[in-house]
Order: sequence, then C-alpha cells, then structure tokens
Amino acid sequence: MDGRERQPLTGLPAAGRQPPSERQARNGEARPTPLDDAGNGPLAEQWREGTLISAHGIALSRGGRSLLQDVDIDVAPGEIVTLIGPNGAGKTTLVRVLLGILRPNRGTVKRKAGLGVGYVPQRLEVDRSIPLTVTRFVALGRRASAAEVEAALAEVGAQALLERQLTELSGGELQRVVLARALVRSPELLVLDEPVRGVDYAGEAELYTLIGRLRSERGFGVLLVSHDLHIVMAQSDRVICLNHHVCCSGVPHSVAQHPEYARLFGPQASRAIGLYQHHHDHSHDLAGAPRPPSSAPFRPQEFK
Amino acid sequence: MTEPYLMRALLGGMGLALVAAPLGCFVVWRRMAYFGEAVAQSGLIGIALGLALALNLTTSIFVVTLAVSGLLLLLSRQTLVPIDTLLGLVAHAALALGVITASLIQGPQLDLMTFLFGDIFAISRGDLRWIYFGGLVALGLEIWLWRPLLSISVHEDLAAAEGTRTEPFKGAFVLLLALVVAIAIKIVGVLLTVAFLIMPAAAARPLSETPEQMAVFAAIFGMLSVALGLFLSVALDTPGGPSIVLMLAVFFMVAVFPSVLRQRR
Repeated sequence: MDGRERQPLTGLPAAGRQPPSERQARNGEARPTPLDDAGNGPLAEQWREGTLISAHGIALSRGGRSLLQDVDIDVAPGEIVTLIGPNGAGKTTLVRVLLGILRPNRGTVKRKAGLGVGYVPQRLEVDRSIPLTVTRFVALGRRASAAEVEAALAEVGAQALLERQLTELSGGELQRVVLARALVRSPELLVLDEPVRGVDYAGEAELYTLIGRLRSERGFGVLLVSHDLHIVMAQSDRVICLNHHVCCSGVPHSVAQHPEYARLFGPQASRAIGLYQHHHDHSHDLAGAPRPPSSAPFRPQEFK
Repeated sequence: MTEPYLMRALLGGMGLALVAAPLGCFVVWRRMAYFGEAVAQSGLIGIALGLALALNLTTSIFVVTLAVSGLLLLLSRQTLVPIDTLLGLVAHAALALGVITASLIQGPQLDLMTFLFGDIFAISRGDLRWIYFGGLVALGLEIWLWRPLLSISVHEDLAAAEGTRTEPFKGAFVLLLALVVAIAIKIVGVLLTVAFLIMPAAAARPLSETPEQMAVFAAIFGMLSVALGLFLSVALDTPGGPSIVLMLAVFFMVAVFPSVLRQRR
C-alpha cells in the first residue's frame, strides 16, 4: 500500500505539533502547549498554513435548542485531537458540521483544498436489505483496486472478512471494516466518532493502538471523539473538552487538571488520566497502576 | 398467444418490469415503499385532471406525481408528525381527492376499477411508445445514478463525509420514481404500482450477494411474473394486473422460504 511510504508532513509551525517521528523522539517529555488563562490554548488562533481543517465561531441550534455556541477547532497534519464531553454535549453535531453534513447557523469551516477525509461514524447501520460484501463496501463510491482494498483490510486485521456479507459481521468486525474503508481513501484527515462503542476493552485498546500506529506511519491528522476520559488521551496531542461550547483545551495532562474539566466530569476524573479504564459515572475505586501522561504506545497487558 | 392486444400487454408489462427492477431495489433499500405508495395514489388526481382537460394521461399523471413528491419532501422537514403517518395521510388524502375529482368530472358511471387496478389488456400502440420512450429515459437515469445512489443508500453520512453531494442525487431519485410511477399507473393501476416496484426486489434479496445481482434478479422475476400472470389471466379469465402481482407474491414466498426456515428456533 503506497500510504505506508508516505512521509509525515513536515513544516508545521506550532510548538506541540511536531510530526510523529519527532514526537516519538521526545517521548515522555512534557509537551509545550500550555493553556492560556482563558483555557483556550491554541484554538483561538486563526487559520494557518498546513492546517487540515479549521472551524471558527461555530454556532448551531435545532428546534430552539442551542447545540453549539461559538466553537473553534482545528486539526493539523500528524496531530491527534481528542474531543471529549458528556453525552449530549454536541460532539457528534460538531463532527457533522466539520464534515460538511450539517450547515451551522453561524461560523465558518475552512478545509485544506481537496482534503481527503476518512470517516468512522458513531454507529454504522447498513440496511440489511442491501446485499453487500465487505470488499464492495470498502471500495464503495471510489474506484479502488482489489489490491488496495485487500491492503486496507489487512492493515486493520480484517483480511479474513474480504468476501463476507456486511450483515454477517459482529460490531467489532464492522468497526474495523469501516476503518479500512476510511484508510483505502488515503485520507489526510481521519475522523472517528466514538469508534469503540460496542467493542470490548481489549478491542478498544487494540483499536487505539492501531490508530496511533497508523498516524505515525502515514502522518494523517486524527480527530477522535470520546464521551469519556480514557487512556486514549495519553495518545492525544491535544484534548478539547466540549459541552456545547469549548470548556477547556490543551495537552491531555493540563486539561485533566483544568477546573472546568473537573466540574464537567467530577473531581475524581482528574486523577484518572492515563488509567486504562474510567467511567465518570462510576464511583468505584480507581484500581490499577497509574500511568504517566506520555505518548508512548499503550500496552494493555500492563494492566491485566 | 398471438392476439395483438396480448402481445402489447406482454411487451408493455415486460418493459415496465425491466425499468422498475433497479428502481424498486432503491425503494426497498431506502425504505421508501410508503413514499411510493403516496405518490402512486396521487396518480388518480392526475388521471382525473387529464380526463377533464383532455391531456395525455401519462403526462398529467407525471405532473401530479412530481408535485406530490415535492410536497412530501417539504412536509418531511417537520418532525412533530412521524414520517409513516405523514405518508399515510397524504396517500389517503390524494386517493380521496382523486376519487372526488374523477366522479365530479365523469359522473358516477366512471369505471374506477380501471384506474385503481389498471387495464393491461387495454395498452394501445401509443401507450407502448410511451412506456418504451419514458422507460428508456428512466433506465438511462438509473444506470447513471446507480453508483452514487448506492453509496448514499448504504450510508448517507459516510457518503457525504467522503465528498458525495447527496441532495442532487436524492432529488434525481424522487424525480425518477415519479416518472416510473406515472408510466406504471396506466398498466397496473394506482393501487398496484408500488407492488411492481417492491415485490420483485424483495423476491430477489434472499438470492443476491451484490446490489447488481439483486437488480438483475428483480428484473427476471418481474418479467417472468408478467408472462405467467398474463397466461393465468387468459387461461382463467382473471384480471391482468392482479394476476401479475399474485405471481410476484408467489416468487417472493418461494425465494424467502429458505431463510425463514434458517431463522427458525
């Protein structure tokens, strides 16, 4: 697959947005994107050369309810941006605005010209009345060769599913196949909306490790949506905490310490960063070895 | 089976089955059976108007089916009344309005049965030209729209995120549906038109592994049903349209039966 040879995009202007190779060299060091006083981090800045997608002042209301208020967000090449927030915070709405599916009432979305987007939606339900093989689904809407489709499926470990019908797949299998469909488009930006719904914890960790590895190899930007503080944050370059508006943003560690974050997710959530599993609606003891916030690849067996 | 009227019925019915097959697949995949039903029932208004103004019936039906499709799209923007209620409402309102208009124009002697169930044996040479000319346009549109519409039907957000502009294709699909319904009403009537769309596709589903296979099987089932239905109709002196629809139902039952057995617990 030619995507493997692609070099990470370089020439990024901002600190904290090193291409993956550089970032890995700095592994473990504190990363230099501090929050400003308003908790806005780098988000308030304007469009920069090399940015993949940038939204500014997004406001959207539906049926008299305001879902998004004055939201700024941008993603640079090679960067993993994680969007977190409680259920109903407008995360999926924001993603749909960024993807051009929804039109905001106010604000602008700028995309790099000809931006290739791979999208893994929150729930993929394909009507069972459509007969469709996995191969066909991956290639749909695009002229991809059989070899390209096979390579993309192999990349996500789903090559055995090639000729299966889409209706026969389990939730986890389907998730991989959708990811393969995103990858076969050689995207510059990969958007994943809660990609671990209905996937067990082992599969979840595996999926995040895979996304981190692919980002390093291909250098695409990633926008990841999660409703929960999670180990995935340790792999993120930036975290944006959304509750209809941007509550706070910055590197994972600083967001976890931010008072707005604690208010949104409860005080114990701040301590949970780097833990394998945490649900803010549980009150159980946070067992398991704490983990320093770094971008080292996550190894689930550490916590078994 | 060499009577000219019989040949015309056969040619017209088979042409329609061919055109309806790929479109019917989309109607099934996009869950638009009731949308089609509402549009088809509005055809009666078109018939009444056509009779009153002495227009070509297919043209007047097409104008009305197109207008009602637009109305449905407009009404579906509100979210307080669920879409199936809305479709049922429009279908029945259209039927009521159609029957009233028809009886005002033609008086109580009007043979409603002909329009509700069609008269396939009354297909004229002119009708046949309409079926083949309109059908050719529809078939061309179907082939042109196939890939983007399939992509949108599989997952609309995914298609949109990947750069497909969904609205024009959805609009073209509704236009196509209005056209094929207008052509079909003359043959199978207001009440059986949607059967021509969804039944062959439904019968084809259990046997298909790709979307294209489903369209081809649907065309084969549709055309076979036309031939067998007409044969039944002539042999037993039964009405033409309902006989064809009955054959389609038999095909569906036979095709779906193995999967019913597999699912049994």
